[in-house]
Amino acid sequence: MSEIMIDIRNLVKKVFIGSPNELKILKNITMTIHKGEFVSIVGASGSGKTTLMNVIGALDRPTSGEYLLEGEAMQEKSDNDLSDIRNKKIGFVFQTFNLIPRNSALKNVELPMLYAGINRHQRMQRAKELLELVGMSERMYHLPNELSGGEKQRVAISRALSNDPAIVLADEPTGALDSVTGRVVMDLFHKVHETKGTTVVLITHNYELAEETERILTIKDGRIVDEKKNPHSSLAKSGVE
Amino acid sequence: MHLMENIVLALAALQANKMRAMLTMIGIVIGIASVIAIVSIGNSLTTSITETMESMGANKIMVSIRERGEEGRRGGPGMSGSEEEPEESDLLSDDDLETFMEHFSDKVETISLSYSVGSAKAQDGRLYANVNVTGANDGYATANNVELVSGRFIAEKDVKALKKVAVVSDRLVDNMFTAGTDPLGQEVKIYYDETIETYTIVGVYEYEASDFAPSSASEKDTTTSLYIPISLAKQDAETENYQSLTVITKTGVEVAFFSEELETYFDKIYERNTDWEAGVMNMESAIDNMTSMLNTVSIAVAVIAAISLLVGGIGVMNIMLVSVTERTREIGTRKALGARSSYIRAQFIVESVIICVFGGIIGIILGLLIGALGANLLGYPATASAAVIVISVSVTVLIGIFFGYYPANKAAKLDPIEALRYE
Ligand SMILES: Nc1ncnc2c1ncn2[C@@H]1O[C@H](COP(=O)(O)OP(=O)(O)OP(=O)(O)O)[C@@H](O)[C@H]1O
Ligand SMILES: [Mg+2]
Repeated sequence: MSEIMIDIRNLVKKVFIGSPNELKILKNITMTIHKGEFVSIVGASGSGKTTLMNVIGALDRPTSGEYLLEGEAMQEKSDNDLSDIRNKKIGFVFQTFNLIPRNSALKNVELPMLYAGINRHQRMQRAKELLELVGMSERMYHLPNELSGGEKQRVAISRALSNDPAIVLADEPTGALDSVTGRVVMDLFHKVHETKGTTVVLITHNYELAEETERILTIKDGRIVDEKKNPHSSLAKSGVE
Repeated sequence: MHLMENIVLALAALQANKMRAMLTMIGIVIGIASVIAIVSIGNSLTTSITETMESMGANKIMVSIRERGEEGRRGGPGMSGSEEEPEESDLLSDDDLETFMEHFSDKVETISLSYSVGSAKAQDGRLYANVNVTGANDGYATANNVELVSGRFIAEKDVKALKKVAVVSDRLVDNMFTAGTDPLGQEVKIYYDETIETYTIVGVYEYEASDFAPSSASEKDTTTSLYIPISLAKQDAETENYQSLTVITKTGVEVAFFSEELETYFDKIYERNTDWEAGVMNMESAIDNMTSMLNTVSIAVAVIAAISLLVGGIGVMNIMLVSVTERTREIGTRKALGARSSYIRAQFIVESVIICVFGGIIGIILGLLIGALGANLLGYPATASAAVIVISVSVTVLIGIFFGYYPANKAAKLDPIEALRYE
């Protein structure tokens, strides 16, 4: 746990709704996440979790403060650089799955590899392996609207992993699922974290799920108000296996 | 980059919205179809008429005496609405023609004169043939491509001596003489309304059915021309002088240039005549006239086409804007997965181009069908122009890019976070 993956200092994010009204959503956030960590971020609705995740995921730029990803200063990057970073280093998993509606499961998983310029044959091969990993080989030619919520999320996780990212960012990935399906999805994150050593950042409302991770950050009203190392995390992991 | 993938994607998007795509294409289809149709019809018209006119001979110049100010009017004499009849002094006399021939002896091969006497009947007992008696001079055969099968045409000496000779069609020979008889030197009796004349046959020409006036009569009753010396034909005519003539130039003479020279020459002769003048026309200028008329029609069609292409293009832009809005979340997702703005832009431009090219292809097919149909109705073979098809496809590609750019750029510039939040 020595190398630092994410290093955030005094990060502020404001949004502007009309010129005099600026809204400070993230207020002076300082945090670090190490390589291979499994961290959860919890907090009430509207506390700023998604906003923070968007900054970490290079989808959004901070208003002020510093953000280093694997030692690289993100505020200096061009839009195209940020696209490439999202493509190669980050895997997003959304609460609402966000699969491309007209593409089959397989095509959805291939998409980030297409943007990375990987050839057709390799793309297909890897997408099939990933779908097999999440137990979706049977359904790879199905369109998203032919899949259940849990199945969609498993496809979305395969897609997030397709370019072998350094970080998986999951924003309430189980929010739209029942507890049994949620469990299957949660187990997949544990599996990815353990077998590949991928850094996983999980945003959730669910404290039970947060308890399974190595460290819990609590965010309230745009500030990190609590940080708790979880001594039971390894126990929780062995319970999964 | 990823052009193939983009095309596959665009086709899938069109597939999903077939009806909408079809409706969007209509403007493009109409625009392209009208251009292709008019070009096909125009092409076949021009080639056919040019061929016909050229086969008539490019070395001919028509001179006709017409009322002043009649130049712009279309149609032949009688359709011009003119009530005036030219007087003898307004027309060209034998002397005028002789002077003319002497003046241009180095450039003029011969001149062709004719005078239509009218229809009559050749009869010998039960045998008969319908004829149109035309007075002609020696130059007539050359000017009108009269192909002789045997004997000779009306000669200068026949005209001078008022010889009662005739040149008849092979059709008449078939009707009037038993097979194997040599018609040359035989006599033929012509029954006019009031008189009967007898001529000695000196030549037989090959009758060709005209494309423009197909005969409805049976072969036996077909009316063919019978030529007699023009001096003979004019004996009973009201006018002795000539209203029109055809000038055949010598080889190597620049027809367009020489036409102008003739115009100056005749203008001088008619300088003092306040009512009449000589009009000079050659095949080239006739073709030019037709071409310029076609061009006018083409311009009108081009304007219609341009308007429908513009409307079509705006339609495509509109539908692309709708598509961008509908797919806002998808665009956000694609950006989150690492698609650069340029990739998103390319994706939507390709989609717009494909809609337009599809419309263009349908338009080309439709246009070729209409063109073939139109050419058929006019009685000419349809001529499709490969160049116009290539240009049409290129134009649709350009329309796709031009009208697709704004929506595509809008998609490319979407803020990924806003796009992902979009409900
Ligand atoms: N573009 C924006 N314009 C205005 N307000 C915004 C914008 N983005 C975020 N906010 C506000 O910032 C606050 C934090 O939003 P955020 O989505 O980060 O919350 P969250 O912690 O993810 O909530 P939830 O658990 O409900 O997803 C909210 O009050 C939201 O209304
Ligand atoms: Mg949120």
